[in-house]
Amino acid sequence: MTHHTPTPPVRGCGNTPILKQRGQREVFCGLTGIIWLHRKMQDAFFLVVGSRTCAHLLQSAAGVMIFAEPRFGTAILEETDLAGMADAQDELDDVVARLLARRPDIRQLFLVGSCPSEVIKLDLSRAAERMTQAHAPHVRVLNYSGSGIETTFTEGEDACLASMVPVLPETDARELLVVGALPDVVEDQMLGLLAAMGVTPVRVLPARRSEDIPSVGPNTVFALTQPFLGETTQVLERRGARHIPAPFPFGEEGTTAWLAAIAAEFGVDAETFARATDAPRARARKAIATVAEGLRGKTIFFFPDSQLEIPLARFLTRECGMEALEVGAPYIHKQIVGPDLDLMAEGPVLSEGQDVDLQLDRARASRPDLTVCGLGLANPLEAEGLATKWAIELVFTPVHFYEQAADLAGLFSRPLRRHGILKDLNGGVAGGAMGRATGRMAPAGEEGSA
Amino acid sequence: MKLTVWTYEGPPHVGAMRVATGMKGLHYVLHAPQGDTYADLLFTMIERRDHRPPVTYTTFQARDLGSDTAGLFKKAAQDAYDRFKPQAMIVGASCTAELIQDDPGGLAETMGIPVPVIPLELPSYQRKENFGTDETFFQIVRALARPMEKTAQVTANLIGPTGLGFRHRDDVVEVTALLNDMGIKVNVVGPMGATPEDLTKLGQAHFNVLMYPEHAEAAARWMERDLKLPFTRTVPIGVGATRDFLAEVSKITGLPVRADESRLRLPWWSRSVDSTYLTGKRVFLFGDGTHVAAAARIARDEMGFEVVGMGCYNREMARPLRALARDYGLEALISDDYLEVEAAIEAAAPEMILGTQMERHIGKRLGIPCAVISAPVHVQDFPARYSPQMGWEGANVIFDTWVHPLVMGLEEHLLHMFRDDFEFHDAAGPSHHGGHSPKPMERAEAEPEAPADPAPTQATPAQPSSVEVVWLPTAESELKKIPFFVRGKARRNTERYAAERGVTEISVDTLYEAKAHYAR
Repeated sequence: MTHHTPTPPVRGCGNTPILKQRGQREVFCGLTGIIWLHRKMQDAFFLVVGSRTCAHLLQSAAGVMIFAEPRFGTAILEETDLAGMADAQDELDDVVARLLARRPDIRQLFLVGSCPSEVIKLDLSRAAERMTQAHAPHVRVLNYSGSGIETTFTEGEDACLASMVPVLPETDARELLVVGALPDVVEDQMLGLLAAMGVTPVRVLPARRSEDIPSVGPNTVFALTQPFLGETTQVLERRGARHIPAPFPFGEEGTTAWLAAIAAEFGVDAETFARATDAPRARARKAIATVAEGLRGKTIFFFPDSQLEIPLARFLTRECGMEALEVGAPYIHKQIVGPDLDLMAEGPVLSEGQDVDLQLDRARASRPDLTVCGLGLANPLEAEGLATKWAIELVFTPVHFYEQAADLAGLFSRPLRRHGILKDLNGGVAGGAMGRATGRMAPAGEEGSA
Repeated sequence: MKLTVWTYEGPPHVGAMRVATGMKGLHYVLHAPQGDTYADLLFTMIERRDHRPPVTYTTFQARDLGSDTAGLFKKAAQDAYDRFKPQAMIVGASCTAELIQDDPGGLAETMGIPVPVIPLELPSYQRKENFGTDETFFQIVRALARPMEKTAQVTANLIGPTGLGFRHRDDVVEVTALLNDMGIKVNVVGPMGATPEDLTKLGQAHFNVLMYPEHAEAAARWMERDLKLPFTRTVPIGVGATRDFLAEVSKITGLPVRADESRLRLPWWSRSVDSTYLTGKRVFLFGDGTHVAAAARIARDEMGFEVVGMGCYNREMARPLRALARDYGLEALISDDYLEVEAAIEAAAPEMILGTQMERHIGKRLGIPCAVISAPVHVQDFPARYSPQMGWEGANVIFDTWVHPLVMGLEEHLLHMFRDDFEFHDAAGPSHHGGHSPKPMERAEAEPEAPADPAPTQATPAQPSSVEVVWLPTAESELKKIPFFVRGKARRNTERYAAERGVTEISVDTLYEAKAHYAR
C-alpha cells in the first residue's frame, strides 16, 4: 500500500500443510481468560462452577491479583453435590443469591462451566435462565464453558463473548463493531485512529460496562483484534453481521493493514487515511527499528498457547527480521488468520495441537535462538541453554497497534539481550545443583554455548 | 457447594505431584483433562525448578469423552514409561478423571510395565493437597520398603520433605547436621531427593525423623508397625524444640546428646536489651499445624511475645493444635476460609501476624506487620540463600525474620509521631505496606464492617458493643497520637470500657482511664 511496507512474499504460508499431533498438551484451560476479562468488564462477576483444582488454577494464574477483591470466584463442588443433580442446582441458587446480595454493584454474572461441571452435565444454561428471571432487571446471568476439555486458554474469552452475542440488542444501523478485549489504553488509541479516519460510530465487544453493550444486526460489520475469536465470529455471522478479514494489528504493518481493511469497507480516501496514520506509523517504524536490532537474523520457535502465535510470527519475521522455525498454535482458524498466513514467507513448520514431548524433541533438535512457551516449560528449557520468552505475558501486556509495536518487539528482544549480558557463572568449582542439572539435561557439547 | 476465592491448599493430586517432583527416578501418570498441566508452573516458577516435573498428563478433551479415555490413559502410561524409564511409577486421577471412573490403577496393572506401578486413590472432593502428599508417600513406602538388617552404625531416615515445601531444602541440611553432631548418619531422605530404589532401603535405618507430620505421618506409622522403626514426635523448630528433639533422639538411640550450639544466636539476641520492646507483643499465628505449633512455643518462650490467637487450615492437624491452644488459654481457629481468619485477626487486634502468604496480605490491608512461617508461600519464600527453619541456624533465621517487620513498625511509629513535619504527612502512607492503601487503620475504623467481599461464606463478626458511644473531638485527636498499629485495639478497649460503665461520651480522660484499666 505504501513503499514502506515490505512486499508480500511470493509464496506465503497459506497453503503450507499443517502438522497435527495428538498427545499431552501443556496448555492452560479457558478459565484463565477470566483473569483479564474481569478487569475489562467492570460490572461483571465470573463464578466458576468447578472443583478445588479450578480455584487453585485461578489462584496460581491470578498471582497477587487474588488479594485485590477480584470479581471472580469458584463455587467448589463437594461430595454432596455429586450425589444428586437437583441438589446442585439449589445449592448454586443459594451461592448466587448470597453473592449478589453481597455485591450489589454486579450487573452481569457469568456462570462459567468447568471440566467437572461439564462431565456431570450440570445444566448451567438452564440455571442462567432461571437466575436471570429471579434477579431481573438488575442482573443478567449468562453462562459459558471455560473447561479444559473444551477450551484452550484464550478460547475462554471466545466462549464468553459468544455467550453474549445472542442477547445483544438488535439494530439496523450500519456500525463497526470491534471484537476482542483490549487493555483500555489500547482500545482508546484504536478508537482515536478510527475516529481520525472518520469511521463512526464504533462499538466494542466486550464493553467496559453493561450499559454500553453494543447492538448487532444485518448492517453490522465487525473486525477482530484477537485471532482466537472463531466461535464469536460464527455467532455474529448468524445474527447477520459481516466479518472484515484483515491481518491482526501487531506491529506497524499489521496495524496499518488492519486499519486499511476497515478504511476500504467504509470508503475512506487515501488522503484521509494517510493523515490519520502517517505520523503514528513513522513513530512505530522508528521505535521498532531500534528495539528489533537484537532480533535480526535470530531464529524463533513457538509452542502453542494463545492462537496469537501466527500473527506474532508474521510480525517478528517481517518487521523484526527473525526466522521462524516452527509456529505452533492450539488451533488454527484459517479463515481468521488467513491474511497473516499469506503475509508470512514459506518456511516454518506450522503445527496445530501438541504432543509436548515430541515437540520438545523438535525444539531441542533445531536449537532456536528464542523459544516462546508457557511457564511450565520456560525454566526447564533455559536450564538446557535455550533462551525463552514466556507466552502468557503477551496476553496480559498491551501489545496491539502502533504505540505498543516497539514494546511488543521489546518483549522478545529482552530475553536475548539478557542472555548476552549475563556472564556464564556455571561450571565454576564443581558446579552447583543447577550446574549439574544443566549438564545432565543439555545435549553433549552444548552446555553454556548460549 | 462452597464459594471460594483463595485456597490454602490445592487438590490432592497436587500433593502427589509434590512427592513425585521431590523424588528422582519416579514418574507420575495423571489422568486429567487438558489444562491441569497448570500445576507444573508451581514447580518451575515458584520453586524455580530447572526441569519439568516428572508428570505425564493424559490431557483428554471433550471429543475423547465418548470414546476411549481408558485407551488414552494406557497410551500415555506406556509412552511415559518408554521415554523416561523410571524405576517406579505412580498412577492416579485428577478431580475430573475421578468422575469418569476409568480406574488408572486397574488399567496400569494390565499393561505389564516392568517396574512397580503404584495406584493412588485421592478423593478430590473431600481431601486436599497435604492429604495428597501424605497418602502418596505412604503408598510408595508401603509398596517399596521391606524389613532389612539394620546398618552397623546408628542411622536415621529423614521423612517428609517434598517439592514445593516451605524451607524443606535447608531444613534437611540443618537436621542432617544436628544428627551428625550426635554421630548419627542419615540413611535415606524421602520423598525429597530419594529414588524408588533408595526407598527400598528405608528399613535398614534405626529410626525415622518425622520432619513434617503433614506429609509423612502415615508412612511413619506404617514403618513403626511393619518395619519396627520408631519415629520422632518433636519437630525441631525453635531452640527448646530442637533440644527436646535431641533428647528424644538420645532416648531412641541410647546415644548421649551432643550438640554444637556455637552458631546459635537466638537466645542472646533475644535476651539483649534491644529486644526488651518485644515483651508482650501480641501475635496472631496461622498456617499449617506443624509450623504454627512450633511458632507458638518460640513466640512465647523464646521471644517473649503474647500469643493472642492461633489456628491452622489443615484439619488433619486440628486435634493437636486445639490441645496446644488450650495450654495458651486460647481456642484454636481451624478453618480454610481466609475471611474467617481475617475476621479473627481483626477481633484479636494483634501487633504482629505470623502466617502464610495470605496473612501477609491481610496484614497489609489492616496495617499490621507480618512474617511468613508456613506454606502456602510465594516465590520470594523460596530464597537463594540458606534459610532453614529447623535447628540452630533455623532459630537464627526465625529471630531475624520475625523481628524485621517489627523494627519497621517502630520506624513507622516514629514517622507518624513526626507526621506534622513537612516530609512526613499522613497521606504519605506507611513505607513498606504498599502505597496503594494509605492509612489502613483509619479506613478500617471508619468502616468496621469488612469491605464488600466476593466470598460471602461468613457473616462479619458481631460488633463488640451495641451501646452508642460518641467520641469527643479532643479524645478523637488524642487517639490519633497512638501508634497506628495499636490504635484499633485502643479504640475498642476504650469503647468497651465506656459501654460497661454506661458512659456515652468519650473524653480524653475516658481514654486514659481505659488505658489504665487494661494496662498490663
